[in-house]
Amino acid sequence: MAEQYTYAVSRIHAREIDLLSAADMEQLLSSADYGEAMSYLRGKGYGAGAEYFDFEPMLKDETDKMWALIRELIPETEPFETLLRQTDFQNLKAAIKAVYTSEEAADCLESGGSVDPELIVEAVKLKNYSELPEFMAETAESATEIFLKTGDGQECDIAVDRACIETILREGEESGVGVIRDYARLLAALTDIKIAVRAAHTGKTKGFAERALVPCSGLDVGALADAASKNIDEVYKCLEHTDYRDAVEALKTSMSEFEKWSDNKIMELIRGQKANPFTIAPVFAYVLAKINETKAVRIVLSGKKNDLEMGLVRERIRDLYV
Amino acid sequence: MESLGIVFALTGAALAALMAGIGSAIGVGMAGEAAAGVVTEDPNKFGKVLILQLLPGTQGIYGLLIAFITLSQIGILGGSADISTAKGLLYLAACLPMAFVGLWSAIRQARAAVSGIQLVSKRPDQMGKSMIFAAMVETYAILALLISILSITGIGGLSI
Repeated sequence: MAEQYTYAVSRIHAREIDLLSAADMEQLLSSADYGEAMSYLRGKGYGAGAEYFDFEPMLKDETDKMWALIRELIPETEPFETLLRQTDFQNLKAAIKAVYTSEEAADCLESGGSVDPELIVEAVKLKNYSELPEFMAETAESATEIFLKTGDGQECDIAVDRACIETILREGEESGVGVIRDYARLLAALTDIKIAVRAAHTGKTKGFAERALVPCSGLDVGALADAASKNIDEVYKCLEHTDYRDAVEALKTSMSEFEKWSDNKIMELIRGQKANPFTIAPVFAYVLAKINETKAVRIVLSGKKNDLEMGLVRERIRDLYV
Repeated sequence: MESLGIVFALTGAALAALMAGIGSAIGVGMAGEAAAGVVTEDPNKFGKVLILQLLPGTQGIYGLLIAFITLSQIGILGGSADISTAKGLLYLAACLPMAFVGLWSAIRQARAAVSGIQLVSKRPDQMGKSMIFAAMVETYAILALLISILSITGIGGLSI
């Protein structure tokens, strides 16, 4: 019998009622101003009970609260760390640039990953990668070498991004949990599509696209790389024959529309876990749902703070889990 | 020993109590974990989730009942314990429906109860429906109980 997480799943299902619903999001969008939106979220229990003037600290506290709950429920958090890999590798890119180009890149270091950003910076600075976790050490060394030899930040980014997706895919397969494996595969495919579209728009070579794209299920990356080296219409044509044909419509609108479509696709993938009573999958789905919710709240609050037209903001709101 | 009848009959009684009891222990434990998860988040739901937690416990009681009837029929609790090997085997067979169905239905009922508990955690107004889902499994435990009782009480009248 697969390992059961009855207690954790029950608590998570009970917590799901606190996730923001579409009606909550509508309420948030229709609040008179930024202050009213912030107070609505405080009323929904957002943050750590403090008086917030800026939304970023509130969202950070909300995310920390969520991770504290997950650590309490499931002390072996390895399956969830897959969700932190993008932050970890983002920090690696920023660390390499911070150490070897300008100090400003250090501002791009993000908290909330599984590896302390300072540790990454230190490792890159000393070229001693032994303190870094296994999944990152080799990539840190090779990406730094690439950057020092070529001075090309983009080549360095490609190497790190590729390692990131490969790590996520490997961890997804190793987790033995269907939803984590499917999430990893979907994320890899969506990232490949994004890279192919950008490569086509910027006229990159086939070799560049091949180096950047990670083989994944549901996509023929060889054909995609070939299409990306030609033009954007070839990329659309290539996608028409895959499970991601719906993405073409979104891509034709804009990149942000595609990102919204991608997030909705992930929500679609995890939504079925609401009825799963025993495995770790609903807990993983809850974490993804919370991340997605935070993203949506950030979009609304940024819009409110900058007095953007709410119609524009509404277009960018992702589907929610509940 | 002249006859193994009493050994077989007692094995049957023990299996009924043992297997149905194990099923209920697993089931109530599993539902208890779910109930604790819900009560951690909302202590007001204790009463509702407790009822659902107790549902898989009935199979253990049925197993006990079958074991008790068998023991009294075969004379372990008083009277003559001299029964033939054939009768002993019949008592063993009569106890098996409750033993196996008790074990399995308690575990399956617990799964339904856990889902029901999680449903109640999100929608307390659906308490009745979540009880029905779990209670449906009870039907098969009751059918097994009935067959075991009818068989055990009928064996006494057989002249073998």
